[in-house]
Amino acid sequence: MEEVDVEPSPMVIADLNSFIYRHLGFEWGPGDLLVYETNYKLSAGSPLVHVVRKDEDICSPILRKLFNESHLIFVGLQKIKEDVPSKNKKSQFVSISKNYRSVIRACMEELQQNADGSLASQYGDQVSILLAIELIWNLCEVLFIDAAPAGSLLLHLLDWVRLHKSDVDARAREVLQSESPAQHQSYWDVVISLVLQGRMDEARQVLSKQASLRAESSSVFKRMDVLLQTMPIFNPTGTQTLTEFDVKWRHWHEECDRCLQDNTFASNRHLETIVKILVGDEDTILEQKELLSTWYHFLVTRLLFTHPTIKPPDLHYYAQSSMNMFLGPRAPPEPLDIILLSAFEFDLHQVIKDCSIALNNWWFVAHLTDLLDHCKLLQSHNLHFGSNLREFLVLEYASGLFTHHSLWQLAVDYFDHCPEFGRVYLELQIERIPLDTERKAIKVLRICEDRQMSEQVRSICKIMAKRALRNNRLGSALSWSIRAKDAAFATLISERFLQDYCNKGSFTDLDLLDNLGPAMLLSDRLTFLGKYREFHRLYGENRFSEAAKLLLSLMTAKIAPRGLWMTLLTDALPLLEQKEVKTRTTHALHSHFTVVKKLDEDIESTKTELLRLALARNLAMAIVKEGTIET
Amino acid sequence: MDPTAKYISQKISRTRWRPVPAGLLQQPEVFAAGSWDNESNRVSIWSLGDDDSDTDGEFDEEPRLLCDSEHDGDVTDLQFLDGDRLVSASSSGAVAILKLQPDCQALSLAHVWERAHRYSCDNAPCTAVVCRSPELVSVGEDGRVILYKADQTEVVRVIENADSSTIHAVTFLRTTEVLTVNSIGQLKMWDFRQQSDSPAQILSLTGDRVPLHCVDKHPNQQHIVATGGQDGMLCIWDVRQGNTPFSLIEAHSAEMWEVHFHPSNPNHLFTCSEDGSLLHWETTSGSDMSTLLQRGWNSRVVSHSGVPLAGEDDSVVSSWLAGDSSKNRLEATHMLPSQTLSVNSLDVLEQCLVCGTDGEAVYVHRQLPNFSI
Repeated sequence: MEEVDVEPSPMVIADLNSFIYRHLGFEWGPGDLLVYETNYKLSAGSPLVHVVRKDEDICSPILRKLFNESHLIFVGLQKIKEDVPSKNKKSQFVSISKNYRSVIRACMEELQQNADGSLASQYGDQVSILLAIELIWNLCEVLFIDAAPAGSLLLHLLDWVRLHKSDVDARAREVLQSESPAQHQSYWDVVISLVLQGRMDEARQVLSKQASLRAESSSVFKRMDVLLQTMPIFNPTGTQTLTEFDVKWRHWHEECDRCLQDNTFASNRHLETIVKILVGDEDTILEQKELLSTWYHFLVTRLLFTHPTIKPPDLHYYAQSSMNMFLGPRAPPEPLDIILLSAFEFDLHQVIKDCSIALNNWWFVAHLTDLLDHCKLLQSHNLHFGSNLREFLVLEYASGLFTHHSLWQLAVDYFDHCPEFGRVYLELQIERIPLDTERKAIKVLRICEDRQMSEQVRSICKIMAKRALRNNRLGSALSWSIRAKDAAFATLISERFLQDYCNKGSFTDLDLLDNLGPAMLLSDRLTFLGKYREFHRLYGENRFSEAAKLLLSLMTAKIAPRGLWMTLLTDALPLLEQKEVKTRTTHALHSHFTVVKKLDEDIESTKTELLRLALARNLAMAIVKEGTIET
Repeated sequence: MDPTAKYISQKISRTRWRPVPAGLLQQPEVFAAGSWDNESNRVSIWSLGDDDSDTDGEFDEEPRLLCDSEHDGDVTDLQFLDGDRLVSASSSGAVAILKLQPDCQALSLAHVWERAHRYSCDNAPCTAVVCRSPELVSVGEDGRVILYKADQTEVVRVIENADSSTIHAVTFLRTTEVLTVNSIGQLKMWDFRQQSDSPAQILSLTGDRVPLHCVDKHPNQQHIVATGGQDGMLCIWDVRQGNTPFSLIEAHSAEMWEVHFHPSNPNHLFTCSEDGSLLHWETTSGSDMSTLLQRGWNSRVVSHSGVPLAGEDDSVVSSWLAGDSSKNRLEATHMLPSQTLSVNSLDVLEQCLVCGTDGEAVYVHRQLPNFSI
């Protein structure tokens, strides 16, 4: 993964034509590129900054379904337990692979249905990319995940080719439904296509339409029919071993060869072509280029008729030669062809590397590599930057998702399943999500709390609390600081309340203060606030001795802020007029008063005088009352 | 029967059934969905296709899109005012009435109250809206409760500073009374007949002030209310009585986003949550253990406390409030096949249930299992 094999091709960014004669600066972001003008001369107007998005697919509404559905499959895959025996696991992995492919197909169909008007070319491109992706995935499933042994390998490859060359069915239907199938111009093309794909029964069915017409050459057709019927097909679930099958096949092959040598089919050139194909004559098969249309179809057909018991390690000889023969000396292979060739050579890393370069987002490589990793097919390939291949790709994919304004929630699950760096990536990215509403903030907080990311919880709560405070929503601010257990912020909010009280003379937001509950204990200042409000309430309900006691305890416990002591003592003034205050209380109040007086020299003298007077009178009253004996 | 899933390429914040005309025994077929967290959000109308009574639940039709309309800001709440008008609440603080054309071919904006909820220098999201035609009430993060009439352009009444914290949900108790829940765990009753701007009653749980996110009133008995909060606890309250909820049930492991009593069969309750599950709660009175076992008990009941109201006739006491836990059981069943991303919203009408998730999928149950009217 260190060097790139090909030269990177320059990409023109559509709307930046005006930049041709100007200098450009750029900066990489997590998923975007910031491009800005840098002028030597300051011209009129301000320089422009452009945000260039690398990955268009993430914005396409239909492809979004791909991301969402594959996310569900991915999470399900991670949950498969380790201790299940490997045979069962293989079938599970195959079914998961099929799930992924069906999601890709569903997306393709929807794109094809909706490709009209302005979106036609864009959707067309996406469809062809998805087709290629599904082709590669299917091949990887056959070769790596299912890992079919010799014999079944060819059967699976045949299925693979049939799935990806679906126009044969349409043409066959067209021919069969026409008035006289045998005269149809595509008749023989259909028959040969079916033979090339190894669909002998269907080929016979189409051939029978011909036979019924020409009575005199019916014996020739019957001969062909017999040949096609007796072609041995390997049955993996049957009792026949591979060697037995091989022997049978060779008999049949010799039979076909004899027919060819005897010139049995010389009367009909089409039948002659067919028997040459059955014998495995490469030149004849190559002549059917039009019908084959791809070199891998040619490869599979060739193997079907020359080497049906091919073993996986031998595939790549045939693959390389088939590609060369089919494409010819002058046509360079496309990226897709190279990827498929690497797959046939069982070089997984090359497949992944080439796909990463060819595709513009990490979806495909991340999910495929993850699945292959679960099948234990990837050797630990240590990259220069520490994590293994699977984790690297999944992290890249998830980081790309995170830049999307909506799909970031999916990325969280992906990060969870990257054991080495996932958590760090998540911690860094989750704080950068814009929080417009409380509901979104609550969801982000839930993600952080579930993963014990206390730093992030605190910082997000602080942002929300600050915002609430700025908008004068003290209750909201308090509830956010309670959630973060942020004592410092709670203190700040209480200061705000107290300030409001000092300015206005009454408390705002009584519904909050009266109902603080255990949250009061979060910070000293908050406790003071709650208790102070309680004092006011008690006073309002005429429960003076309790009120006084509370006030005293507030001052004794030293949770009252110094600046407010004078206010507290002033509040005590009317209480001192009441009859129920005891001597002890008065003495205590007096001592506090002296402390305050000492600390704060420039208190208003009227206030101090009033207080002194009140304290003295109260003391007198109390002494008299306590000294009197009720008779 | 598993629900049908449909991926709609936008995260869904609300789904609501379009009300069926009363009297007709029809199953609902059309629902509205609102999106959130998109660069351009939409309110969309979906149809389930024809309810062919010949095929007996065989069809697996996906919902298909009838029409949609752009929406400014996240759709924070959606309610049908009547058969063709829809009220939406936005994260930009606006409340809008959308009109649905008779053949559901288009959705247009009929009226919008811009910046109904606001701060002095910023937008305040409107968090919930409730209707009882022709009146609407909306609440928001700015702590205001606003009363509107559907046909009047001006707002009818604003209760300023109704709450010092965010009000998350609101429901009508009586024609002139609403109940709101806020993020310091209080339920407040507001009577619009009173001139003062203070609540008629305040209820809250003693202990930790857990934010409450949703509230719903029992369809027949106006004093029974269910709430759900940040810790996933489902509480059933009797608003006439006292300061403590009647039942506290550990329903979910994360925030509960919506709670709904079934409108015609209130022994059934549905809740959905951030933890990705949708639960169907059924209170059965007096059935014996064997029938419960047959139906597949799958519940998580914590406590069913509370003393039955003195002097009440047994037949009148709702099974939600009855204290004798041996007689009344609560069973809960999961409605979604597997764990999904957060289920943000649900709506239930007759035998149909629709819900929307953050995984951009809408799930529709056309025949609620174990459900009898």
